[in-house]
Amino acid sequence: MPEADTQTIRRVYASLRLIRRFEEEVARIYPEDKIKSPVHLSIGQESVAVGVCDALNKDDLAGGTYRGHATYIAKGGDINGLMAELYGKDTGCTRGKGGSMHLCDIQNNVVGSSAVVGTTVPIALGYALALKREGKGRVIASFMGDGATEEGVFHESLNFAALKRLPVVFVLENNFFAIHTPIARRQAVPDAICERVQTYGIPAYRVTDADVFKIRNIMMDALPKMRRGEYGPIFIECHTYRWREHVGPANDYDSGYRSTDDLKPWVDNDQIPRVAAMLDPDERAAIDAQVEKDVAAAIAFAEKSPFPAAKELYTHVYA
Amino acid sequence: MSTLKTATKPAPDAAGNTGGRVLRYVDALKEAVEQEMERDDKVFVMGLDVDDHKALQGSTRGLLQKFGPDRIFTTPLAEDAMTGAAIGAAMAGLRPIHVHIRMDFLMLSMNQLINMAAKAHYMYGGNIKVPLVVRSIIGKSWGQGPQHSQGLYSTFMHFPGLKVVAPSNAHDAKGCMLSAIRDDNPVMFVEHRLLYPTEAYVPEEQFELPPGKSRVVMPGDDVTLVGISNMLVECLRGRELLADAGVSAEIIDPIWLSPLDTDTIVKSVKKTRRLIVVDNGWTMCGAGAEIAARVAEALGPEGKFQVERMGFAPTICPTSPSIEDQFYPNPARIAQAAHKMVRPKAGEWTPDPERAVLAYQRQFRGPF
Ligand SMILES: Cc1ncc(C[n+]2csc(CCOP(=O)(O)OP(=O)(O)O)c2C)c(N)n1
Repeated sequence: MPEADTQTIRRVYASLRLIRRFEEEVARIYPEDKIKSPVHLSIGQESVAVGVCDALNKDDLAGGTYRGHATYIAKGGDINGLMAELYGKDTGCTRGKGGSMHLCDIQNNVVGSSAVVGTTVPIALGYALALKREGKGRVIASFMGDGATEEGVFHESLNFAALKRLPVVFVLENNFFAIHTPIARRQAVPDAICERVQTYGIPAYRVTDADVFKIRNIMMDALPKMRRGEYGPIFIECHTYRWREHVGPANDYDSGYRSTDDLKPWVDNDQIPRVAAMLDPDERAAIDAQVEKDVAAAIAFAEKSPFPAAKELYTHVYA
Repeated sequence: MSTLKTATKPAPDAAGNTGGRVLRYVDALKEAVEQEMERDDKVFVMGLDVDDHKALQGSTRGLLQKFGPDRIFTTPLAEDAMTGAAIGAAMAGLRPIHVHIRMDFLMLSMNQLINMAAKAHYMYGGNIKVPLVVRSIIGKSWGQGPQHSQGLYSTFMHFPGLKVVAPSNAHDAKGCMLSAIRDDNPVMFVEHRLLYPTEAYVPEEQFELPPGKSRVVMPGDDVTLVGISNMLVECLRGRELLADAGVSAEIIDPIWLSPLDTDTIVKSVKKTRRLIVVDNGWTMCGAGAEIAARVAEALGPEGKFQVERMGFAPTICPTSPSIEDQFYPNPARIAQAAHKMVRPKAGEWTPDPERAVLAYQRQFRGPF
């Protein structure tokens, strides 16, 4: 059973549910061609972002990858701005310039994501240098996929983070695939990522069942030490599973690289019904109703927002 | 390579060439690689996702089944090291084709490409060759945005030791690919996502399309339009719009950007005295700037001509379709620029909006 109070369970459930429903709605709308942008959905992977971000303070930072809707929402990013961004509207979180792959909401401490695999890992080092100098005990959570751990920059970054004892939580969302290629066809020893990370002098944790509270508890345990400077960086590998296709709204279990048998244990272990069952039914219904309202409002906001004016093409090239 | 036919005839349908059968760009690419892999077992393909069921947007379809996993394989996500590995394999006598789904990812390969591949033959005193082909695809539309849309060939044109080619049609894709594979130097082979479904007549047999000759794709008298990669297609459409207004444009495809044949362009400009280069990248320090400068140098003091560079707007590519549309030259804008150059006193002219529609881009639906 989770070491979490009712308040936490409520918050965690609301966040998981909001991400799931938001993305299901994105998938529903997508075939209407209102979202003319590649979307990499996190459906099935929500517990990683929620487990990590629920443990963070509001003034901590988080950022990650093009599969970033979950991180953005879990960290408290504005969902109206997110939906409007997917629609390419002027009111989007990056004003229609970045789209789904480059989300950021600085007011809510969601730092930008990137479409080039691995590129935000070293960026987190720089944020962490600044946070360390600031001396307020703030940290940054940097999300990545398993593919990123093959890039040279990942290893270069780990070394530097350990060397400078930087307050970075490296979060690996290991869904076992890079596009359609399984990790075993890309890494000689795919089940030893944590062990490799440890050799850099970084404490590494592995959660194999996507348990949102386990992930959160690792954070809750490590964060005070990081904030006091007793710990430098930490690394959390979370096993998880991408339910939909790599990019786009559909399922792809008929394409041959994986099967619904592979999916099944993850659906059985879906954290959303699991956490829902911990709540009083009325309470749950109230949260669900609020989520529906919020997602519907985000869609309405995106629909009625204007597209960027022509001059916006040239704004923000230079600061 | 004397047994090979060298293509001399214009390729696109527009030029009336009917040799071979109609093939899509993507299939022509694949056919060229397949035929070379059959001919020479030193040729192999590596790169992220070249062997999955989507076969890199179709361009490597069937190669795994035919040649097996030793000759076509995916890699870890490790562009820097994989580029080095491809270069090493080429130095050792193999003929690798290293593939990238977007040109933007070549930024992770730069050290190896520029400091090793481009320089090895020279700095090792001619003792080592790097017969490497680096394929990459330029993305466009459907929210490709800042990091999936860059046409970076002019960057590579800067460096002696590299060759650069950007075929604009299926016919050239095949001929240039064959020449690139057989070339003993590193060749940056630049493709465009929106060209993949476009069709042209392509010979079944192998043929070469080596560097050395730009092609006059369509003749004209009033203005010379040079289009690079996908922009060649836009120029052809722009030419149709101009014809409605009685302006005759000559269209030139440089095909190979390095080494670059400017003679064909100079000859055309001597006739038209007007040059517009439509680039598939930014104009600043771009391929268009290079072409314009070379024409000016070649024409010398007596060669008065007007010149204009078109290309990406001097900003970042946004994802929102409403402003992304303004980022690229399109047939209407090309035609307007040409019309203004040819008839400066005629005042504002806009082509028929119906005719200006980018039909083939309309068909393109994402996510990729
Ligand atoms: C440097 C770089 N190389 C290649 C790509 C093309 N690409 C896009 S997503 C992806 C797979 C990444 O897998 P992973 O890091 O495990 O994240 P996931 O998509 O599974 O969340 C690849 C290879 C890219 N975006 N950036």
